[in-house]
Parts: sequence; structure tokens; C-alpha cells
Amino acid sequence: MSDTIAETPTVMIPDQKDRIARRLGRRHAAEKRFRIYGIVAIGFALAMLAFLLTTIVWNGYSAFFKTYVQIEIHLKKDEIAPGGRIDRAVLAKADYQTLLRESLIEKYKPEGRRARRRLTGLVSIGAGEYIRDFVLANPSVVGTTQSIWVPASADIDQLVKGGIDRNLPETSRRIKNDQLAILTRWEKEGRVETRFNTGFFTQGDSREPEQAGIWGALAGSFFTMIVTLLLAFPIGVATAVYLEEFAPKNRATDLIEVNINNLAAVPSIVFGLLGLAVFLNFFELPRSAPLVGGMVLALMTLPTIIISGRAALKAVPPSIREAAYGLGASRLQVTTHHVLPLSMPGIMTGTIIGMAQALGETAPLLMIGMVAFVVDIPGGPTDAATVMPVQIFLWADSPERAFVEKTSGGIIVLLAFLITMNALAIVLRKRFERRW
Amino acid sequence: MLKKSSLMVAVAAVALGGVTAEAVARDKIRIVGSSTVYPFATVVAERFGKGSKFQTPVIESTGSGGGLKLFCAGVGVNHPDITNASRRIKKSEFNNCQKNGVKGITEFKIGYDGIVIANSKKAKRLTLTRKDIFLALAKVVPEGNKDGGKLIPNPNKTWKDVNPSLPALKIEVLGPPPTSGTRDAFAELALEGGCKKFKSIAALKKTDRKKYKAVCHGVREDGAYVEAGENDNLIVQKLEANPDALGVFGFSFLDQNSDKVQGSIVDGVTPTFENISAQKYPVSRSLFFYVKKAHIGQIPGIKEYVQAFMDAKASGNDGYLGDKGLIPLPAGEYKKYQAAAKTLPDLKM
Repeated sequence: MSDTIAETPTVMIPDQKDRIARRLGRRHAAEKRFRIYGIVAIGFALAMLAFLLTTIVWNGYSAFFKTYVQIEIHLKKDEIAPGGRIDRAVLAKADYQTLLRESLIEKYKPEGRRARRRLTGLVSIGAGEYIRDFVLANPSVVGTTQSIWVPASADIDQLVKGGIDRNLPETSRRIKNDQLAILTRWEKEGRVETRFNTGFFTQGDSREPEQAGIWGALAGSFFTMIVTLLLAFPIGVATAVYLEEFAPKNRATDLIEVNINNLAAVPSIVFGLLGLAVFLNFFELPRSAPLVGGMVLALMTLPTIIISGRAALKAVPPSIREAAYGLGASRLQVTTHHVLPLSMPGIMTGTIIGMAQALGETAPLLMIGMVAFVVDIPGGPTDAATVMPVQIFLWADSPERAFVEKTSGGIIVLLAFLITMNALAIVLRKRFERRW
Repeated sequence: MLKKSSLMVAVAAVALGGVTAEAVARDKIRIVGSSTVYPFATVVAERFGKGSKFQTPVIESTGSGGGLKLFCAGVGVNHPDITNASRRIKKSEFNNCQKNGVKGITEFKIGYDGIVIANSKKAKRLTLTRKDIFLALAKVVPEGNKDGGKLIPNPNKTWKDVNPSLPALKIEVLGPPPTSGTRDAFAELALEGGCKKFKSIAALKKTDRKKYKAVCHGVREDGAYVEAGENDNLIVQKLEANPDALGVFGFSFLDQNSDKVQGSIVDGVTPTFENISAQKYPVSRSLFFYVKKAHIGQIPGIKEYVQAFMDAKASGNDGYLGDKGLIPLPAGEYKKYQAAAKTLPDLKM
């Protein structure tokens, strides 16, 4: 700038005009550039999201379908009901899996132990239950030969869905040539079918991919979230109301406020360690229980609810409070009759977002034993259970190929759950929102 | 202070409810321990739950060390009944158990797990020795890759630098992070196995044990060894995308993905079911589980679960665990542990 001062004013005026015009041009260009950066950033984020969702749906949609094969099985009377008496108790107890295996071996006559295993490995180890249900539904079939649809094993399921390439050399294929030959024959006879996988939504975890379902984890998540909500919501709202409406503004309340804000930023695993030390070791609550999981997640969600609750209370205009006071309402009446109902949409939004966060949490649950293999569907908050994100993690870690699609299928269910919760938050906000 | 006091009240209230619930004896077996044994134990547990009158055991994957810590913490319904381990219990852990009143423990060896060094089928199968693996992945190696050389930070860039018979591929190995049991076993079996071949380093074992361990177990951190997380499926996917890279993972993942990846030959032995079972393949380890005898009779089904695990249908030569990638014990040893499932002998250390 020093040389511009040295210049004479007569030369300076046109030069300055020119420079202003140039600078203006630069400022406009900078603004345009900034906007383009913004659009590029958003576009990039959207593209990534689209990529993520497409890969998950692409990998996971097949988890909602399952391959069934129709097997001809001789329901030998002397094996199902050795005493000759046919009643429900006897029929329910028979070993249908062995019967199925024998029927297959009789028909295809494999040679050697390995070939026999490969043959019986075509159907799921849970196929016996399907035959049992069929027999229980029509007891008169005992002693006859029937064609029954049973689930195929996970490897066959993958092959039919196209996850395994049939044209690979036999040595690098999990399905061997003899298995493939039988499967091709079945396909020609119309004995192979892909149906909607209802079991995925009604069963618990399993180490056999074709039998694994998300219902156990969903129930676990449900109980955990109920406990979290029951603890975190009343305590959180009461804290927010007290701090905002009643508490004196002094050092002590300032200190509490700072601490709550800090707690909101504490890594979730710390809450898990706290849960391990306090709930499990001191109170001796059961391991792996949704009760403890819910308590730990409630601690984690509390700061979110308190902070959003206080913000919602603050947003209620003072004129409402003053009008109520003017009509002679007590402090408690002002709060419970006017301020709290008006701030409820905001509080609920905060709560739902806090809960959605807790729903996706795994780290604190690791410490209290909820990262576990649980087959039975939990019936209450003290039963051993796991939650959805943990289930997804456990499937992602399993060696069986077929769990890859189960993992993505689980993610789709979890995402659907989260989107529903967030949509609920938006609906609640839009419905009860007031503009002052 | 409302928040704190009301929280305490709530916690106390819930806790009281919980304690009364817990006072009723547990009806499910609780199992903790190794993530390597987890895929096998869960299969047995599931079949056990479906095929017997007992409930399906709950199995947590806590890692071998974490499992033994929980297992040895005490006797009672709040403590696990069984722990899985991908290594033998240590003397210190055993002593900790004794100190906490966990007196009677029975040890079961269930089979072997091989650790493979694999690459994509699109590339050529490599033939390595444990010495090659050490020279390629160790943090420090003898200068000039020769015995007696001064220990220097690993300068080897390609496999050809390590061994002239290998291709001139950049060394890039994806493997588990230090927190993993597989990594410990890999360091002990593959790296130390190669490390010992250098007499100058092997001599260290007697003079400076600490340094010996640091040299033999130290993995280079200059990018040639990529920590790919605990998820072995991810490593398989990455190998498929990058045919030049190698990956380190458990045999069951190789078995499941035999159409995508191939195991390198180590010391002249291909990692196959048969070779690992015959203990020819050098990078394999034994898998165990430990049973708390004090809980037998208290928690229903423990003895039955153990017998179901040691049954020939499960862990035997042609058992269903073989389909899941567990490599069975040789017949003699297997008989011994099958007998143990009935007599439950105390472990002595």
C-alpha cells in the first residue's frame, strides 16, 4: 500500500475505479466459488450416502429371501412311532432330521462318508422341524411317502441366489460336483423355490445362517429401550425443569450445568465401565440383561435429554410466564400448566434423538456382557439378550459366507427402525410446534 | 442436586428388583472367552439347546485373557461356568483362580486352529518359510538378512529382498491388530518360529529374554503390515480387491472363501485340513475350554454340555465342528479328553 500513497491524485482516480471494479469482481467470484464448494460438499455427502445405501440394500435384500427344496421323504411308521401308537406327544418327539437323512441316502446312494455328508448337507439342519410341523398338522401321513418343502442349507441358498459361481473349478467351490448335479436335477423338476424369509423376522440368532433371525435382537433392543426411556425421560425432564425454572443461579448450579455438558461428550464406553463397576459388581445385577443395558444407556442419554429439555424450556417466551403469574398462578402451576406443555415438542424431539443414539450403541454394552450369542428370544428385561447393532457386529464377524447378506439385512432393519424414530420426532415437532 | 438424588433412588429401586430376580438360581450356562473358539462353542451350544431339555447357553466373546479373568473371579451364579481359550491357561491365571476360591478346574483341548497367510486366487500362490515371514514383517532384522548381522530397522521392501526365489512384489500384509489373540499366536508361531532360525538371535533368549521377545514378536510399523481390524471377512474382501497383498487370518475363513483366496505354503506345507490335523502345518495352535467344577450341580446342564462338546458327532474326526473349520485332535489325545468329559479330572499346574 505504501506506493499508492506516493502516487499523485490525478492518476489515482481512474486507477482506483478500475481496482474497485476488479476487487468487486473478485468478491463476486469468491462468493460464487464458496457456493460451488458448498454444493460440491453436499453433493459429495449425498453421493456417499447413496453409495452406502445402495451397497447395503444390494448386499442385504437377498437376506429377506430363502431357498426351499422339496424332498421326498418316507415317513417310516416304526421310526416315528416305535410303539405303534400315534399321538401328538410321540409325533413331536421323533427324530425327523435322521429320517430325512436316511431318505436322502436311500434315494441317491452316495458312496463313502464324505459323499454322504455332502448329500445330507444339501438341506438345513433345521429341516427336521419343518417335517415335524407337517406331520403334526396331518398325523395320517405317518407311514406314507410325502414330498415336503424344507429349507436348503446356507451354501445351497447362496448358490441358488447367485452368491457362489457354478462355473468355478470344483476345488475352489464349496458346493462339489455331486451336490451340484443333484441340485440341477431338483431345479429341472421344479423342486427348488425361493420364498420370503419370514424366519428372519421371527427367529433368534443361530450359527446356521439359514436359521438366523433378527427377532431376538429386536426384542432385546425393545426391552433395553423401554428401560432407558422409563429411567431417562422422567429424570431428565425433572432435572431440566428444576435447573431452568426453580434452581437459583449460583456457583453450584453453574457447576452442575458444566458437568452435564461435559457428560454429554464422554465416550460411551466409559458409561459401560461405570455400569460394570456399579450395576454388576456392586449391585450384583445379572450380566447380559436388558435391564442393566437400559440403565447404562439411560445414563448416557440423560445429558442429551437435559440439554435439549432446557433449550426447549428456554424457548417458551417470558410473556406466557408473566401472564400466568399475573393471574395468580403459583410457580409450580406456571410450570406444569403452561411452560412444560408448551415445551413438550422440543423435549420429545430431544428424547427421541437421544433414544435413537442409544439404539445404535454397542460399546458400553460390551462391558456388561450384552455382546453375546443368545439363541432364545428374551421374554423380559432380566433375561439374557443382545441388541440389534451387536447382532449385526456378531454376524459381520462370522466366517460363514451367507452371513454377509444377513449383516446387510440386519443393517436394513436397524436403519428402518432409526428412520421411523426420527420421522416420529419430526412429526411430533411439526404437529405441536408453535410460533411465537 | 435433584438429578443426583432422584437418580440414586431410581438406581436403588431398580437394583432391589434386580437382586431379588438374581437370587433365583440361574438356569442357563454362561460361557465367556476366546473369540477364536466362539464360532465353535456357539454351534455346540445351539445344538445342545435344541436337542436337550436344557436351555441354550449364553456365550460371550471376550477374548482368552478377558474370559479367564472373569472365570477366575469367583464361584457363584454371577460368575461364568466355562471359559474358552485359544491358548493354555497361564500359571498366574491359575493361581488367581485358586486365590478366588475357584479350586476345581477341568481342562479340555478341543482341536486346532490354523493361521494362514493367504492371497487372492488371481495371483500366484506363494511358497514361504517362517524365516521369510519374519524377515518380511519383523520390526528389526539382522543386517543383510544374514545370521549374526547387526539388528537394524527392517529395510526389506519386496518379497524378493527377503528371499531371491520369491517374486518382486511389494510387501503388503493385512492382519489383525495387537489386541487380537490371532495376532499373538501369529507372532509366537510364525515370527518367532522364523526368528529362532538366526542363531545370533536365538542366543539372546538365554542372555536377554526381554530383548529376544521384543525382536521376535515386534511387527514393523512402516506400512508393510497393515492392521486391518478384527474382522477377518474384511481382510478377505480386501485381498480380492488387491491381488498383490497378503492377509493373515484363521483357517475357517480360508475354508469358507476357498473360491476367492488361497493359503501360502509355509515351510513346504499347504494349509489344509489334513495337514493341520496331522500337525504338519507349522502355524497352528490348540484351542481349549475350562470348566468350573463347583458349578456342576448348581447350574443345570454343564456336564451334559461338556459331553455334547466332546462327543464324536461334534469335535470328532467327522464331526459337525469340522464343517465349521475346527481341526480335530489326533485320535489318542481325543480319547483322553473324551474320557475327561466323564471323570472331570482337576487341572494341576
